[in-house]
Amino acid sequence: MAAFPIGKLIKYIILIFFAIIFIMPIYVILVTSLKPLDEVSLATMWTLPSAIDFSSYVEAFSKLAPNFMNSIYLVVPATLLSALLGAMNGYVLSKWKFKGANTIFTIILFGMFIPYQSILIPLIQFLRTIDLYNTIPGLVLVHVVYGLPITTLMFRNFYASIPDSMIESAKIDGASFLGIFRHIIIPLSITGFVVVAIWQFTNIWNEFLFAVTITTSDQQPVMVALQNLSGSQIVQWNVQMAGALLAALPTLLVYIFAGKYFVRGLLAGSVKG
Amino acid sequence: MENQAQRSPKRRISKDHWTAIAFLIPSFILILVFVYGFIGWTGYVSLSNYNSLVPDFSFAGLKNYIYLFNDFRFQADLRNTVFFTILFIGLVIVLGMGLAILIDQKLKGESIFRNILLFPMALSFIVTGVVWQWLLNPSTGFNQFLSVFGIQPKWYTDTTILAGFEWGSIEFGLPVAIIAVVIAAVWQMTGFSLAMYLAGLRGIPEELREAARMDGASEFQVYLKVVLPMLMPITMSVVIIMAHISLKIFDLIYAMTGSGANFVTDVPGVYMFETTFRGNYYANGAAIAIIMLLLVAIFIVPYLWSSRKGDK
Repeated sequence: MAAFPIGKLIKYIILIFFAIIFIMPIYVILVTSLKPLDEVSLATMWTLPSAIDFSSYVEAFSKLAPNFMNSIYLVVPATLLSALLGAMNGYVLSKWKFKGANTIFTIILFGMFIPYQSILIPLIQFLRTIDLYNTIPGLVLVHVVYGLPITTLMFRNFYASIPDSMIESAKIDGASFLGIFRHIIIPLSITGFVVVAIWQFTNIWNEFLFAVTITTSDQQPVMVALQNLSGSQIVQWNVQMAGALLAALPTLLVYIFAGKYFVRGLLAGSVKG
Repeated sequence: MENQAQRSPKRRISKDHWTAIAFLIPSFILILVFVYGFIGWTGYVSLSNYNSLVPDFSFAGLKNYIYLFNDFRFQADLRNTVFFTILFIGLVIVLGMGLAILIDQKLKGESIFRNILLFPMALSFIVTGVVWQWLLNPSTGFNQFLSVFGIQPKWYTDTTILAGFEWGSIEFGLPVAIIAVVIAAVWQMTGFSLAMYLAGLRGIPEELREAARMDGASEFQVYLKVVLPMLMPITMSVVIIMAHISLKIFDLIYAMTGSGANFVTDVPGVYMFETTFRGNYYANGAAIAIIMLLLVAIFIVPYLWSSRKGDK
């Protein structure tokens, strides 16, 4: 056996130290939320529960369940629509470039960096006018529109890797704009759709500013309900922890089972290809 | 060569090309209206007297902006944003790059470390805020460990301003409370820079490092002289992306601490939300939003402009 080099040991120690720090909040969430009510006190935050008790989850679930469903109704159509539109835009902007296409792309792209506070007042006014204020469809519309820049960017980068020669030869064979999209681009972009869908799902699920300003009580998505739960003085913090875990569960599961695609989305949305 | 021939200026724009443009137009119009139109509208509101529930679009000039720059709360917000942004970006870069270099050493279990360090990225700022509010609560959380060493930081409840001096109506300096928020934000976002740097490191050919080693460079010099410069474009992207996140941050602070005593953890995003949607000061809120937009634009516009040129 070779001697374990000291340098390697130090590297492990540093990594393990940070891994522990990073995982600690999850530990606290789990132990706190699994404690029976009479064991929940600030002084014993770090100790393990004497017995596993799911009552915090029952209570958190009964409070968050309707909002959890709202989030589902929001996230599914918003993700699908914004991915589809993004794919179409990305296809045009990468494979049917015209004069000024790059400028138009930049104009669209700027929309993903703006602080949404700067459009919120007119947006709410507008949603009131078209009767979509305080509705889930209203939120869907908002997330589709403001999701366009990122989904367009991701698909445009993704399609850059499909050789132009494939498109050109299809054109020579007489395939039309839509024909090429349906028969060549879509079958080649399954991965792209998975990456974009996971990214949009995570972002829309976790979004808060639009949710808290556009919807009230019954219509609110789960993140607003969680914030209300934690802001409320009468709710025990073990219930808050259980609620936090319930609200985070869908995106955590996506990360656990499709982390590779999640990271690809993260890179695709930040590095311009 | 073949491509060039096909792209000759004489080529007519085909019917399909027009179809392609037609498919882009709806999205483009949506962006024009919902992004640029609404920004213009917000700008218009920010110059009006619309500071109650009753819409009043009479022209107020720069009144709302002047009010803000003389406002204790807004001055505190600008101070907090400066320190939050510097600390947040600095730590995210140092930790992200450092941990990426360690993970890239082909150690056993690298994927476990990577997965643990990346997972907070999948969480919402709200969840992070709710949890860290308890972890950094002065009477519980980490303080229970720190009591062993005899230190009990007050975290986000601390109202001390370090190295402060009078500036306008506030004390300008590092608000200690903001450090607590930075810790939570760094916990959440380090994974982002880590993933970026890992991808960057994978793109640096091993031969380059090998060649430097052959020339007698120590391992430390290899990283300083070869790897670090090659990661520069990634660092630029991380700075830009983290800067725009930090300038518009709202959810994390709203969920974790709120504005805090003396507004030590307040930021423009929280102020805008509260003054607009809780206080009905629409014009003031719009002015805050426009200032936020301008701050973000300082970082983003040059970045977008340079990458647009690079596209050609």
